[in-house]
Amino acid sequence: MLLVAAFFLMGQRDPVLVPEISQHEVQVRQGFVGQELLLFGAVLDPAGRAGQDYDIVVVLKGPSEPIRLREKERFIGVWANAESSDFRSVPSYFAVASSRPITEIVDDKTAAIYEFGTDYIQLSPSGSINPEEQRRFAAGLVDLKRRLGLYREDFGGVQISESVLYQARIELPSNVTTGTYTAETFAVTRGRVIASAVSEVEVKKVGFERFVEDSANEWGLAYGLIAVLLSVGMGWGAGRLFARL
Amino acid sequence: MDVYLPIANLSVDGLVIVALGALTGILSGLFGVGGGFLTTPLLIFYGIPPTVAAASASTQVTGASVSGVIAHSKRRGVDYRMGAVMIGGGVIGSGFGALLFNFFRSIGQIDVVINALYVVLLGSIGLLMAKEAIQTLRGTGGAQAARRRHHPLVASLPFRWRFYGSGLYISPLAPLIVGIVVGILTMLMGVGGGFILVPAMLYILGMSANVVVGTSLFNILFVTIATTIMHSVTTRAVDIVLVALLLLGSVSGAQIGSQFAVKAKPEALRLVLAAIVLLVAFRMFLGLFYRPDEIYTVYPL
Repeated sequence: MLLVAAFFLMGQRDPVLVPEISQHEVQVRQGFVGQELLLFGAVLDPAGRAGQDYDIVVVLKGPSEPIRLREKERFIGVWANAESSDFRSVPSYFAVASSRPITEIVDDKTAAIYEFGTDYIQLSPSGSINPEEQRRFAAGLVDLKRRLGLYREDFGGVQISESVLYQARIELPSNVTTGTYTAETFAVTRGRVIASAVSEVEVKKVGFERFVEDSANEWGLAYGLIAVLLSVGMGWGAGRLFARL
Repeated sequence: MDVYLPIANLSVDGLVIVALGALTGILSGLFGVGGGFLTTPLLIFYGIPPTVAAASASTQVTGASVSGVIAHSKRRGVDYRMGAVMIGGGVIGSGFGALLFNFFRSIGQIDVVINALYVVLLGSIGLLMAKEAIQTLRGTGGAQAARRRHHPLVASLPFRWRFYGSGLYISPLAPLIVGIVVGILTMLMGVGGGFILVPAMLYILGMSANVVVGTSLFNILFVTIATTIMHSVTTRAVDIVLVALLLLGSVSGAQIGSQFAVKAKPEALRLVLAAIVLLVAFRMFLGLFYRPDEIYTVYPL
């Protein structure tokens, strides 16, 4: 097995990526205001050549979900929802960082294949609307997510030192969805992806926050009663307190 | 102070939320309205998902109305019989409201419907209140001294009951229908409905003025409890951390507001409330008739 791997590596004479993330688990607890992840690693060249120029692109993606996107249009003076489009796999979070502007690293086609940029996210639109409308809807969705801080591009955000080590900082805002995030790292030379590696980050709620979410989902009635008790109790308590002052 | 909201899934500035609660609390202490009509839009404006905002605001209104109900019941300002009939209507209404909510969501117009409801209801009630307050302030409202009793339609309904607290002998169907309408609005708009109940009690049912605010708060208390439970079981959108923050502000705000209410001129107060109501309506109106910031809306499938 090892031999085969060694042969394979030597045979292709392409570099190997060794990626690492500052943390593989992000805990969402009280006071969570987001988290900066440091994606770093090294590019190892089996042929021992040094100083060859690589570009590094990292893509961090959150769990995908199917959504329906509605578009408002003016209808007798009123802005009402008109057309809609379904997308089967919309990443809840998407961030891409690269060592140089993407257009200088790869061509459009390669960028589209590897999703190097928010314009290239594969959203899997469904339904029978024409491609032009689909593009308009996709652009609207990306713009919406970008303004929520959930889709981001940082071209030039990857630093490469000595053509071996690279690092990129990617910000997870506080409104991220929990789940398994995948971080893909790509090494690119002369417009071609020559090495890639995947690692995972688990974003999960812990402690009280986890307890609240689980309670709300599993014991809805009890949760509601507790919310009512809290509300009535605080209202009554304040009344008593102020009556004594 | 950063606080993470576990159901809304985002981090907010806790002090801003407490201040927002205090603002609505002062309103509820001053005017006997729950303040939900202000909390819900402001929370949405702040970035809280609309369903979470509406659900949590209704829970907060419960807390804000408790101390009011206690205060009013001490000075016999609550007609419990009338209140009970309205609550019955309110529970039926919130069931209808949930059905309507799902219907409008399935055709994708729920946000437009909610916006339109805000504009029409707040706009018309705000204008009415402003007109009346200005008339009284100018002293031209004297001609209304011969106050009209209940609306002629109310008198035509069958089965009459005696409502001693309100000084009325009318059919319980009238307050039941009022309760149903308010229940529907509570579920759709995330409001307690005080700003509709109070005028309806005064001008449609013709209740005596000294029990109107107390009975309205009594009704709001139980209808918002029912709405909280309904949301907890169906939408699961009540964020208890958000509720606690809002309550912290609103229960103390309510006490401050009721202290002010004793000192201030009632007509001046009503004019201020009218101005606030109209402001919210105007903001909603802009969203409906001008190109909104957000053309696209995401619905999970």
